[in-house]
Amino acid sequence: MTKKLPAIPYVVWMAIFVVAPLVLVVVYALTTPDGQVTLANMLEARKFLGVFGRSFGLALIATVICLILGYPVAYAFSREGERFRSVAMMLIMLPRWMNFLLRTYAWVTIIENTGLLNQVLGFLHLPKLHIINTPAAVVLGMVYDYLPFMILPIYSVIIKLDGSLIEAARDLGADSYRVFTKIIFPLSIPGVISGVTMVFVPSVSTFVISKLLGGGKDMLVGDLIELQFLGGAGAYNPQLGSAVALVMMIIILICMSLMNRFGGGDEEVVLL
Amino acid sequence: MKHRRLPGRILSVLVFVFLYLPIVVLVVYSFNSTKGRTGWSGFTFDWYAKLFHNSQIMSALSTTLLLSVMAASIAAVAGTIAAIGFYNMRKRPRGFLLAINNLPVINADIVTGVSMMLLFVSAGTILGFSQGFITLLIAHITFNIPYVILSVMPKLYQLDSNLFEAAQDLGASWFQTFLRVIIPEIRPGIVNGLLIAFTMSIDDFIISYFTAGSQVQTLSMTIYSMAKRQVSPEINALSTLLFITVLLLLLIVNVRQRKVTNNR
Repeated sequence: MTKKLPAIPYVVWMAIFVVAPLVLVVVYALTTPDGQVTLANMLEARKFLGVFGRSFGLALIATVICLILGYPVAYAFSREGERFRSVAMMLIMLPRWMNFLLRTYAWVTIIENTGLLNQVLGFLHLPKLHIINTPAAVVLGMVYDYLPFMILPIYSVIIKLDGSLIEAARDLGADSYRVFTKIIFPLSIPGVISGVTMVFVPSVSTFVISKLLGGGKDMLVGDLIELQFLGGAGAYNPQLGSAVALVMMIIILICMSLMNRFGGGDEEVVLL
Repeated sequence: MKHRRLPGRILSVLVFVFLYLPIVVLVVYSFNSTKGRTGWSGFTFDWYAKLFHNSQIMSALSTTLLLSVMAASIAAVAGTIAAIGFYNMRKRPRGFLLAINNLPVINADIVTGVSMMLLFVSAGTILGFSQGFITLLIAHITFNIPYVILSVMPKLYQLDSNLFEAAQDLGASWFQTFLRVIIPEIRPGIVNGLLIAFTMSIDDFIISYFTAGSQVQTLSMTIYSMAKRQVSPEINALSTLLFITVLLLLLIVNVRQRKVTNNR
């Protein structure tokens, strides 16, 4: 009995600072400012269908791009020697030590209309690109900020694969293509699932990237929530903000459980 | 066989260029003699000198460092103790508590942020306090502990259970067993958790933004408020210094590790 005692303070802490706040979100979403139970906030959240659509659409595009770029890179790392791998992992993690707002903001210097990219294009007599303050810039920001979160879990799953399985497949006459499609890829699905989650969730709920690179014109769900909580005296509406956050959480949960079903059940989520 | 690796290598290099391009731009612009993004107008060290006289940046930096060190070390101690408690539980309650423990990791940061803001604001109106450094610290400890637990638990599972019995047979008290036997065995997990927690705290913007109130600012919050108008090159200079510090530390650790493995 006494052996379990060390967990008790943290269980109390979680009840107060993890569970109670989430219960408060649900309570706020379902009440009026005077404490009456209502569905009005949830119904009002429906007005923002376009915002939800844009957020989930852009986050989906960013996630697919991260997967297309991240999987081959993770696979390529796993083929290399140990020295290369440790340096590569360090180089993937290192950018995190530069503040992410600042790294995102640095893209403005590169992609703005008179920015570095267009100066290079102009120098090469190529047509200029208008990227800043468009949805493309927001997707770029999402891919840039979260690509390492796709590479790391996939890499850590592939690197732990049992090499004897691959040897057995080769001995039985499978070529590289079949070894990959029949063995390596199916076994790396848990890594893909946690990578997709770790890119999709922060992308769909961001308000920083849309503000810095999207020019704040096209609102995302994150912008909407932020506006209700910290948009100043006139915009302060925690009830509506909670309703929007609740709807977003429910949609994310549905997406994640669908993905887990396709991925073959309840594998443990791989974390860094 | 060798040529098959080439496409993967080319893609890896391109991804690294993509990841480091903005960092190069940032570092270069910290030496640019004009403010703003107007282009290159000459080399200067001015921003590095001015940085140390900018009270807004310096106070945000000290808040961030104090917050991250406190939150990560408290989380490392509390998380290790909690992990040992979880380890001694039966499978079912442990699974349930670990699922709750994972909530802040899986949940969108903005949801964690606004939910804690709701708690602090409603508790604050009843008890008469407003959000500030303490609420910020509570929020950081709360999102750091799960990472400590997630890196300590696997080390606990690797423990040889005979170790406890041997220690107790030899007359060690529960506390002595804990301090002399368990802690040294799981130390790599604790250190790893501490480092992850510290990184998460330094890098966090979203949760801090909702739980800090209007009086305290972390470095991320200062950068965010500047980014709406213009980020001062002093911030670029500070980030360059921090980045180089981390790079040097990593290189030293790497070289030392290599020496240790070579000596073996």
